[in-house]
Amino acid sequence: MSSSLAKLRMSPDLFSFRDPKRAKEFAQLLSRLAPARPVKIVHVCGTHEITITEHGLRSLLPEGVEVLEGPGCPVCVTSTVDLDVAVKLAQEGVILCTFGDMMRVPGTELSLEEARAQGADVRMVLSAADAVEVARTNPTREVVFFAVGFETTAPGTAAVLLDSPPPNFSVLSSHKLIPPALSALMQLPDVKIDAFLAPGHVSTIIGSDAYRPVAERYHVPVVVGGFEPLDVLYALALILRQLKEGRAEVENAYKRAVRPEGNTRAQELLSQAFEVSAARWRGIGTIPGSGLRICEGLAPWDATRKFGVEGKLGEETAPGCRCADILVARAVPTDCPLFGKICTPLSPVGPCMVGSEGACSVWYRYGGRPRL
Amino acid sequence: MCLAVPAKVIAVDGNVATVDLAGTRARARLDALGEEVRVGDWLLIHTGFAIQRLDPEDAQETLRLFDELFACQAQDEP
Ligand code: SF4
Repeated sequence: MSSSLAKLRMSPDLFSFRDPKRAKEFAQLLSRLAPARPVKIVHVCGTHEITITEHGLRSLLPEGVEVLEGPGCPVCVTSTVDLDVAVKLAQEGVILCTFGDMMRVPGTELSLEEARAQGADVRMVLSAADAVEVARTNPTREVVFFAVGFETTAPGTAAVLLDSPPPNFSVLSSHKLIPPALSALMQLPDVKIDAFLAPGHVSTIIGSDAYRPVAERYHVPVVVGGFEPLDVLYALALILRQLKEGRAEVENAYKRAVRPEGNTRAQELLSQAFEVSAARWRGIGTIPGSGLRICEGLAPWDATRKFGVEGKLGEETAPGCRCADILVARAVPTDCPLFGKICTPLSPVGPCMVGSEGACSVWYRYGGRPRL
Repeated sequence: MCLAVPAKVIAVDGNVATVDLAGTRARARLDALGEEVRVGDWLLIHTGFAIQRLDPEDAQETLRLFDELFACQAQDEP
């Protein structure tokens, strides 16, 4: 992220959320609260990873406390099955619109960028609304919006689907849901997770209460955190305090943007436009109830139904790439022998090096190492 | 893509607001916001859609919560 983008994240009172003196006090507090055993905290948000890495917050963590990025990069977790369908549609002549981050993610044979180099009409958009605009200005062409992203992004797609889009517009939905992914991680026998730092902006939509089933069922603390350095440290302090006291509750450390019930209007849009379905996550596999499929009533705008294209499951990661382990918090980027040597943002081997929020890409750009 | 940014509303026209995004003018759709928006409001914007209204006073509230945590932990420790 460029520094101007970093500025955009500014809250009206940014300075106080980056106060280095307060950060040091938080570091002391964290070490007082840390249990004597190793602790693995998983967050699922690229923006959290950027805050943590860019500001070197891992160096403030007590010995034994790890914070890892799980499946938090929507681009990285998009299955090659879905990506291959998008590539195929583009090759067959539709105008394929998608977010910029998606362009270079490797598919089974081609990325969207490579397909474009071979003549396919692939366009980057900043918003689902822009894709509709492309359809309106090209009425004789089919325009497909390849929609990726979690609960934060899906309401935008829902809004355009419900706003009588033109007949030559359709959506290929690869939208995914975070709480089912957290449950799936808890069910992995070899990944022991002690707590979740829940993503602030996803939680803006779904509300902090949405994590209760996960917290209760798996007896794991879930704390919703904001994105300034002190927001993250505060959330981590609440997590460690819960672990110390043997509690496993949902706490909201980002009250200035997240309500317990979330954004109910956005939730309505989601339930009107989509139905919950199983979805395939790269590196993880199929997670029941973790995806959003376009509902029956909007079938004319569903690219899957309209074009009847289906992807085949092949290899999801290149040989040697550890993305699959990174996406389930089993490994960190430096565990991969290709990291920074063969695999760099200019010539990425796996999706985690492509998405600007992928762990490998963030660590490469901001130089993060575990426990600096 | 998890990125959402605060922006200040400078005009509202139906379900679209013109916002000041760190000095740049941008358009934000208001479909996903179940409340009325006025000029001067702060919104959290993600991929062209407002997803939440922000109250700048809440920032003060968060800082107060930080203090509270320190105060209550200091009490717990001898
Ligand atoms: S460094 Fe590259 S090859 Fe290694 S895990 Fe990350 S994306 Fe995959």
